[in-house]
Amino acid sequence: MNNSYESVMARKNEIMRKSVGIDFSNYEKDNLSFDYEGLLSEGSFTLEKIKQVQNSNGVGNTPLKECRNITNLVRKVSKPGYGARIFIKDEALNDSGSFKARRASVSCYQAKKLGFKGVIAATSGNYGAAVASQAAKYGLKCIIVQECYDSKGIGQPEIIEKARACEAYGAEVVQLSVGPELFYKFLLLLEETGYFNASLYTPYGIMGIETLGQELILDSIRLTGKTPDVVVCTNAGGGNLTGTARGIKKTTDKNVEIVGASVNLYGLHMADDEDFNKKSFTTGHTGFGLPFIMNPDRSDVPRSAARPLRYIDRYVTVTQGEVFFMTEALSVLEGIERGPAGNTSLAAAFSIAKEMKEDQIIIVQETEYTSAGKHHQAQLAFARDNGICIYFGDPKDEIPGKSIVLPKSVDLIKAVDIDLNVIRKKFLQNQFYKSKKLSKYDIEFLSIETNTSIEYVINESKKYNIELEDIR
Amino acid sequence: MIKKGSWVQIKKIILNPEQRANNLPEATKKVPLLLWVKGTLLNDSEMNELVEIKTVTGRTETGELIEVNPSYLHNYGKYMPEIQEIDHIVKSALFGGDYYE
Repeated sequence: MNNSYESVMARKNEIMRKSVGIDFSNYEKDNLSFDYEGLLSEGSFTLEKIKQVQNSNGVGNTPLKECRNITNLVRKVSKPGYGARIFIKDEALNDSGSFKARRASVSCYQAKKLGFKGVIAATSGNYGAAVASQAAKYGLKCIIVQECYDSKGIGQPEIIEKARACEAYGAEVVQLSVGPELFYKFLLLLEETGYFNASLYTPYGIMGIETLGQELILDSIRLTGKTPDVVVCTNAGGGNLTGTARGIKKTTDKNVEIVGASVNLYGLHMADDEDFNKKSFTTGHTGFGLPFIMNPDRSDVPRSAARPLRYIDRYVTVTQGEVFFMTEALSVLEGIERGPAGNTSLAAAFSIAKEMKEDQIIIVQETEYTSAGKHHQAQLAFARDNGICIYFGDPKDEIPGKSIVLPKSVDLIKAVDIDLNVIRKKFLQNQFYKSKKLSKYDIEFLSIETNTSIEYVINESKKYNIELEDIR
Repeated sequence: MIKKGSWVQIKKIILNPEQRANNLPEATKKVPLLLWVKGTLLNDSEMNELVEIKTVTGRTETGELIEVNPSYLHNYGKYMPEIQEIDHIVKSALFGGDYYE
């Protein structure tokens, strides 16, 4: 078989179909749409069934903890009567140390049920450890494919740590240098082994997080007597936000504002060999968050089940310096030592809580484990070794790849809003490149995809000379 | 000599620069795509030789032998005094400026 880059990429759809046990073409509709809810019913899982699968495999029912000192700190820099109560969902306590265990649990359960011998996931993040850990429970073989080193063989400390964790759970770790052709090796491995593609973006990868959304609501009611006003989700590929929001909506009719938060890495190219080790965050950043929210189907499956634009109410960025600062604050004020990536939404929540009244509730929906390589101490030291200037000042002066600015006072922690209307227009623009014609179904689909209206989509379509079929 | 059956790490080029994807940034385009993987050595070999290994999932891979008993040497990095400064800022703001006195 021809294994050149072009030949393997040409076999992509065939390899994918065999490796996820889903025929995505069954869900395609009209010119550019697909049946999203149909796709999300693959495997006929109910929320109850997922809870059972997770709870019997070391996943879920993590504690929701009130951060009283951090809340009091917010109130020191808020107007009188302002400063919402901040809670964190301590997802680091799942087996493997992050909320990603929820996503891995359903994929591994399904892989076992369908008779696959093993699972493969392409991930440099916590998801690798999560898949490896869940695979271990089911006796499945496991391969994790990571983008880990630059071309000189210098590894990102947090990715090296995740490789160690994957190997600790018995997985084979295939490590690559920087480049999007990781997907090429991933396809070759799927073809060679016939293993299940435990992609983050299959319906299973999303369903698994719905339990987190449900728990947030039930925990909040139990601890405070009411539903949260705001839930902040760290956003990269969009699955975390999508699954959490879906779980919330399945549990309560009350309005809960869903906020996405990403670390601002503006200016750093994700596929650049030289930029690779100049960033201190390998996930939860704008380098994934923005492209995926504007074009979710760029993932490793034909149709991504992560559709954050359907659910997001507000999207903010925070800086690397702010996240490191809050990570240390969580440790020294709350006695909870956790990894920086999970604290992206904590930094955002700190800023947003200032705008909210004292009796309101804001939930940070994840934490992640920390350790050598992942710890903010290790990340800051690595940044300094790579020539990044680290100083105290105003975080808004931070230049990704050049500086990390730690807030010189707590009032300077300030999440920056991204205009969702711009994102929605870009999303539609990407869709209009796919088809010059729209059916009634397509228009309705796009209005749901962008959380807008039929009129909004029709108005945007006019700017691109799109032909509207059978519109009465 | 490295004995057959040793736990080793290999490195190999999987795409040369001219075989790589289009639309890559300059810095990435000019270097090969490299792969590292660990496994059990299938034949007695020397360091830096082209060798065959069996990985923990039972796959066979070939590449340059670069390390025997590859270790985890990542750590917490050199001490960063800025972290003490963060503690000072948040504790003084929360508990008052005299907290550290």
